[in-house]
Amino acid sequence: MSALALPQRRQAALRRRTFTRAAIYATLIFWALIYLIPIYLVLVTSLKPRAEVSLDQVWTLPRQVSTDAFIAAVERLSPNFLNSVALTGPATILSAVLGSLNGYVLSKWRFRGANIVFPLMLFGMFIPYQSVLIPLFQLLSQLRLTGTLWGLILTHVVYGLPITTLIFRNYYAEIPDELVEAAQIDGANFFNLYAKVIFPLSLPGFVVVIIWQFTQIWNEYLFAVTLTDPASQPITVALSQLAGGQAIDFSLQMAGSFLAALPTLLVYILLGRYFIRGLLAGSVKG
Amino acid sequence: MRLNADRLTALAVLAPSVILLAIFVYGFIGQTFYIATTNWQGLGAVEIRSVGLQNFEALFAGSGLPFFRFREALVNTVVFTVLFIAACLSLGLFLAILLDQRIRAETLFRTIFLFPMALSFVVTGTVWRWLFSPRSGLNTLPTVFGGAALPPDQWAWFTDRRQLVTFTWADASRTVVILIIVGLLVFAVTAALRRRPVQALIVGMIGLSLIGWFFLGGAFEALGTVVRPLHGVNLAMVSIVIAATWQMSGYTMAMYLAALRGIPEELREAARVDGCNELQVYRHVVLPLLQPITLSAMIILGHISLKIFDLIYVMAGGDNLRVDVPGIHMYLTAFRGNNFALGAAIAVIMLILVAFVIVPYLINAFRTEVRR
Amino acid sequence: MNKRLLSLFVAIVLGFALVGSAAAQGGGKLEIFSWWAGDEGPALEALIKLYNQKNPNVEVVNATVTGGAGVAARAVLKTRMLGGNPPDSFQVHAGQELTGTWVVANRMEPLTELYRSEGWLDKFPKDLIDLITYEGEIWTVPVNIHRSNVMWYVPAKLQEWGVEVPKTWDEFLAVCPKIKERGVTPLAMGENWTAVHLFENVLLAQLGVQGYRDLFDGKLSWESDAAKAAWTLFDKILDCTNPDAASLSWQQANDLVIEGKAAFYVMGDWAAGYMTTTKGLTPGEGFGYAPAPGTEGVFNMLSDSFGLPKGAPNRENALAWLRTVGSAEGQDTFNPLKGSIPARIDADVKNPNLYNSYLQSAAADFASNALVGSLMHGAAAPESFLNDFQTVISVFIATRDADLAASASQALAEASAR
Repeated sequence: MSALALPQRRQAALRRRTFTRAAIYATLIFWALIYLIPIYLVLVTSLKPRAEVSLDQVWTLPRQVSTDAFIAAVERLSPNFLNSVALTGPATILSAVLGSLNGYVLSKWRFRGANIVFPLMLFGMFIPYQSVLIPLFQLLSQLRLTGTLWGLILTHVVYGLPITTLIFRNYYAEIPDELVEAAQIDGANFFNLYAKVIFPLSLPGFVVVIIWQFTQIWNEYLFAVTLTDPASQPITVALSQLAGGQAIDFSLQMAGSFLAALPTLLVYILLGRYFIRGLLAGSVKG
Repeated sequence: MRLNADRLTALAVLAPSVILLAIFVYGFIGQTFYIATTNWQGLGAVEIRSVGLQNFEALFAGSGLPFFRFREALVNTVVFTVLFIAACLSLGLFLAILLDQRIRAETLFRTIFLFPMALSFVVTGTVWRWLFSPRSGLNTLPTVFGGAALPPDQWAWFTDRRQLVTFTWADASRTVVILIIVGLLVFAVTAALRRRPVQALIVGMIGLSLIGWFFLGGAFEALGTVVRPLHGVNLAMVSIVIAATWQMSGYTMAMYLAALRGIPEELREAARVDGCNELQVYRHVVLPLLQPITLSAMIILGHISLKIFDLIYVMAGGDNLRVDVPGIHMYLTAFRGNNFALGAAIAVIMLILVAFVIVPYLINAFRTEVRR
Repeated sequence: MNKRLLSLFVAIVLGFALVGSAAAQGGGKLEIFSWWAGDEGPALEALIKLYNQKNPNVEVVNATVTGGAGVAARAVLKTRMLGGNPPDSFQVHAGQELTGTWVVANRMEPLTELYRSEGWLDKFPKDLIDLITYEGEIWTVPVNIHRSNVMWYVPAKLQEWGVEVPKTWDEFLAVCPKIKERGVTPLAMGENWTAVHLFENVLLAQLGVQGYRDLFDGKLSWESDAAKAAWTLFDKILDCTNPDAASLSWQQANDLVIEGKAAFYVMGDWAAGYMTTTKGLTPGEGFGYAPAPGTEGVFNMLSDSFGLPKGAPNRENALAWLRTVGSAEGQDTFNPLKGSIPARIDADVKNPNLYNSYLQSAAADFASNALVGSLMHGAAAPESFLNDFQTVISVFIATRDADLAASASQALAEASAR
């Protein structure tokens, strides 16, 4: 349909509409650019040779692209990166498995008192961790687990239980009870039922939970800084020290930031859909 | 028979998690409460003894500067929470409405607005520390367009020492106490009028006992003993709010967008038929429907901001009074200053603040669920 | 149990086993904890290299937590010691930081026997030995001496601006507006602890040697007129500092002077190490130095030392490390790079190939001046005092309330004396 063929009034309306559309796009692009400013700074700075980084020339593109900062950052941070991997992997999987079983019990084997136990469990995901930090530190010291990744893994598994249980419980609530009852009539016991009916349907739930836990644990700082020693520090702690008291080596700091952000960013970009689902599940009812 | 065995198995499967959480959450909170009522210093040979509520009294009414610092941190947290929630809600809603206009490349925009959520507060802190570095970063952005750099003493960001509104601790705390008591009594009266005698009685008793404690027990006078130095709305907090909003506004955007998508098109269509223009459709149909989401978002953001630690610690350092928050103060008091008892007391206050936000929310969420 | 479930659990167990083996500790290790990284790192690395020449089979873990003056490191170290997970040896400032925190709490092993067997008892200055002695035992091995009360500048810039080096704070305050007029910051300052550092030297100038000592011995009140005057003076001096101090590390504040954006900088003489080693400047030409205003003839000292915590996992290796640290060879390896003078009196400090002109002059001052201990750097007051004193300084910077700061400091002093 050609615009010329339209009556005058509709043409005016169309023009107004085009104008509104352009304004909407312009606003969106403006805000997108603002959100991207820090990324620009990180990339530009980390690709500059150290000598080219100066306080008043932060926004210019590197005259000469250098990977020195990245090489230095990898050298400095790779042990911590590996610590983060060794921490995040087991802690994520263990809390996901336990969360799945808990969710299964709480949605399909409801018992009296579940409506009190479950909110009490959930409260654990909202508390400020400072309010458990000192006793946690005492207990792990007595168990000789401070300064090791084991203590930190245990900590993340336990404090991850509320959210993983919540997500799986809400997820399994969607599975019709008739399916469960049919399997029970066929003689399936508690574990058969989980293995034959529930678990096979759980994949999307696991993806959401694993992504969520992975991101949370990878990014965590307070537990990490209190419970580890330099040999077992995850990357967030190492990065904060890189930024702490050094001379102006911003290229190294920015390359380090990029390195620390990379795994969660990749997960987010590749599996964003599930990431958002976990995000929304965090608001209890989803 | 079979079912009973399975029920037992189910409980046995749940038990380890319940026990772990009972210890790690409730046991530890109890222990923290206990530590907060002692004089435990961590190192050193001083004998541990109970001091009652002395640590709390000192934090709220003590004249020493470490206690002043705690109160400054408390004021900062309140200011931060209000500004941060307001910024995240308005920006998130704004972006969500824009994205709801059948935008081409919507996924791209959504990805850009949401990606900071995937980052660690430590990364955000490191990057924004530089962006807000007064001699560099954003202050030199105008030079890209041929302008002059902003003067570092006027645009000091997180190093700014200026306060906008100032007030004494005595005035602020007494006002808050009175507001709480009035609020409780009003609630009690309303409950009584609605014929809910149990609620009215409980809340009324709490209100009356607070009156007794504060006015007869002398707590109100104690709060008034410290008048110096002044607290206020610190300009330096603005830079923290900006960094935190950059990170978290994508979250409110995603929540609002999901909610907008859940509003049936017929409702909007009906309003249009009734003669509403687009703006009116939003004002009269869409926004009222978003209210529950706003409440959820406020609670989630509120509990994050009340316990914030790593972002500020990395961005502005640990001893920067104007952006200090209880999370940092607790960590330094306990683990640098060795004063574990005082650190525990600060942690308890943080927990109570968060509980005020979270507990009604959880109760409400589960009450509606049971009813369903 | 179902097969798929089983395989999942096997995967988890395998994962744990992998992590476990990665975390497993090998034998023959030595973990040294310090806050020397980045620009201060090479000196420690050289010392470690020397140690490895003598102990080739020991794998040294160089655990550093950065953040100037060990502010962050002290929090981390404390959690490790409390957690029963001590390093084999750690850096600690000689004085109250050592005795008041660790020795009193019974966390250290005495080293008097090591001093006897190595013949060190007469190799360190007596004042220094006193500082690390508690209840008749010696508790650490000092590796160096640093000076706190030094003021740094760039001679060529001062000439260009027509500014003389002030000898007193009054002279400085007189010249301050003149420097400001040029758009230059008169005095550079960095994050909170550098403000404490500046303040201790203002305090020293205001009270003099005896008054400074009396103050920390509890003989002089923080609320006395003399001590209060130090806060009033500090207030005026703060007006001459850069407004963005809180965003700068000590090196970045130092850079302001080097780049001509600030005129003076009061900082310990690790700044000399930074400017010579990292920035490649020559003492006396690229940068100049003088005692901090009003502190001529006084040497405000601090000493880095290494101790042996109780329960060190590799005790023998740690003792060998302490022998290296305390040897004349070790001290002459470490100090030229660190930019400090050796703690041992028989070290080769006269050798100009090792020690540059600044260090030579510092060594001469150390031998002739009156000595006092630094507050910020752990010599003068216990750590509990220092931690809260950092709060006092951060409040003072924001409020500039001298009376409040004075009474708060007195309260802290009384609390920590108890």
